[in-house]
Amino acid sequence: METLLQQTLNGLVAGSIYALVALGYTMVYGILGLINFAHGEIVMVGALVALQTILFLSSAVPGLPPLVLLLAGVVVAVPACMALGYLIERIGYRRLRNAPRLAPLITAIGVSFLLQTLAMIIWGREFHVFPQLIDTAPMQPVAGVVVSPMQIFTIVVAFTLMGGLMLLVNKSRLGRAMRATAENHRVAGLMGINANGVIAATFIIGSGLAALAGVLFASNYAIAHYSMGFTPGLKAFTAAVLGGIGNLPGAMVGGLVLGLVESFGAGYIEHLSFGFLNSSYQDIFAFMILGAVLIFRPSGLLGERVADRA
Amino acid sequence: MITLLESRTVNKRFGGLQALTDVSLKIHRGEVYGLIGPNGAGKTTFFNVLTGAYPIDGGEFVMNGAELPVGKPHRIVAHGIARTFQNIRLFRELTALENVMAGHHIRTSAGVWGILAQSRAAREEERLVTERALEILDYVGIGRHADTVARNLSYGDQRRLEIARALATEPQLLALDEPAAGMNATETAGLRALIETIRADGVTVLLIEHDVKLIMGLCDRVAVLDFGKKIAEGTPAEVQRDPGVIRAYLGDHRAH
Repeated sequence: METLLQQTLNGLVAGSIYALVALGYTMVYGILGLINFAHGEIVMVGALVALQTILFLSSAVPGLPPLVLLLAGVVVAVPACMALGYLIERIGYRRLRNAPRLAPLITAIGVSFLLQTLAMIIWGREFHVFPQLIDTAPMQPVAGVVVSPMQIFTIVVAFTLMGGLMLLVNKSRLGRAMRATAENHRVAGLMGINANGVIAATFIIGSGLAALAGVLFASNYAIAHYSMGFTPGLKAFTAAVLGGIGNLPGAMVGGLVLGLVESFGAGYIEHLSFGFLNSSYQDIFAFMILGAVLIFRPSGLLGERVADRA
Repeated sequence: MITLLESRTVNKRFGGLQALTDVSLKIHRGEVYGLIGPNGAGKTTFFNVLTGAYPIDGGEFVMNGAELPVGKPHRIVAHGIARTFQNIRLFRELTALENVMAGHHIRTSAGVWGILAQSRAAREEERLVTERALEILDYVGIGRHADTVARNLSYGDQRRLEIARALATEPQLLALDEPAAGMNATETAGLRALIETIRADGVTVLLIEHDVKLIMGLCDRVAVLDFGKKIAEGTPAEVQRDPGVIRAYLGDHRAH
């Protein structure tokens, strides 16, 4: 029972980070029908820019409180990633808007390589320690469950952002324009909506969420390096497909479900495999899910009408 | 007569096909102007070039004395031109109300931060936009369907919703592409009454239509396109008697 609760909590923490990244995949897919494989690299850039900022500030102004340092990292990383997301769309994808679907997809993979290589040149190949500015040490166990302040922080931040995004998309002028553009960007233009602007806004918002996810990810696992975006990116993509790609609530549900499945998988894999496998094999669960969804329910848990988009 | 929109020697080619050749016409403020012609004459192409859906290959459009921008459809909407489509193109997954509010997008301004912070100004604007959208839905006669998803509306109501969405952009010129297509006699009569009301409220209407009775009853002036050229212009009665028009519609052999 204690394992169950503990793994649920761990799963929610990982899952809420996946969900934040998955939202970026699903928003871009919903509006352009493009799987932006460079999205995972935004997570990496967000973490490394935040790290750089924190290291610079803590040496320039010694004695700053940890929370201020973390906040400063976020305040620099989020706009930096938003600008990066905008540039990727503007330079890489916009001119391919009417090209065959494979062209932007290959471009996205190229952008992903480009960003990884640039990050390797800037930050080197070594693993950097990401300072744990919010305590990751467990607090007093509650009902046998060990929780750290960082885990609580992660869940609170992620759910607040998801709530804000839903409000934005469903209740605001920009959100309405996004939904209209997602249905048909030509008609949206003819009805007075600046489709290019709306598409740019989609990339900017998705990249901002990814930057925050990067900071949360690096803070939780205390590590940052140039290829750290790949695995969470792929898992977030899995989460988006699991929830029904193009569907915002689907991305959130998919991210949380994926986090929980991984966490339970890691917790019980030794029993399930009679001691043959240990918890370092937890990644297989994400990809088992991806395979199963693609075979049995390609439209995802909450998705519909994928056929007429493809 | 004040000229609202003028097209000056507008040309459009699709590869080797000359879809529009030197089309020049003047639409006066406050009138209903008909654009007729056989299938493939270039009427819808004219709409598409006018609204920026296709790039123009020659000539220009002048609205209120100012040349219309090229290549940015949403900026043409900002100049006061809105359209509907021959084959309905609503935002099918949005409600009727949201479709109209999307049309009102260009006349509003609330930013992202205002929405997220739920600022007083943002909430006030959202309330006003909702109110205005409901008024427009009532105006075209589908107010009771405000919360229906567009794809679930009846065919006639979808056509009305397209007009409502176009009106929400607050146009000076409303361009209707075969609004009566597929309508029965009752629906067409209702549509005619609606267009009369729109004109009476000061919006100029440019109308593509095949229904001759509707054109004759509604339009102040009519231009006839054939093979991408304007072959006649005048009151409906004048155009109806024009030998060139008769030839275009009935074929050359009858006129010889």
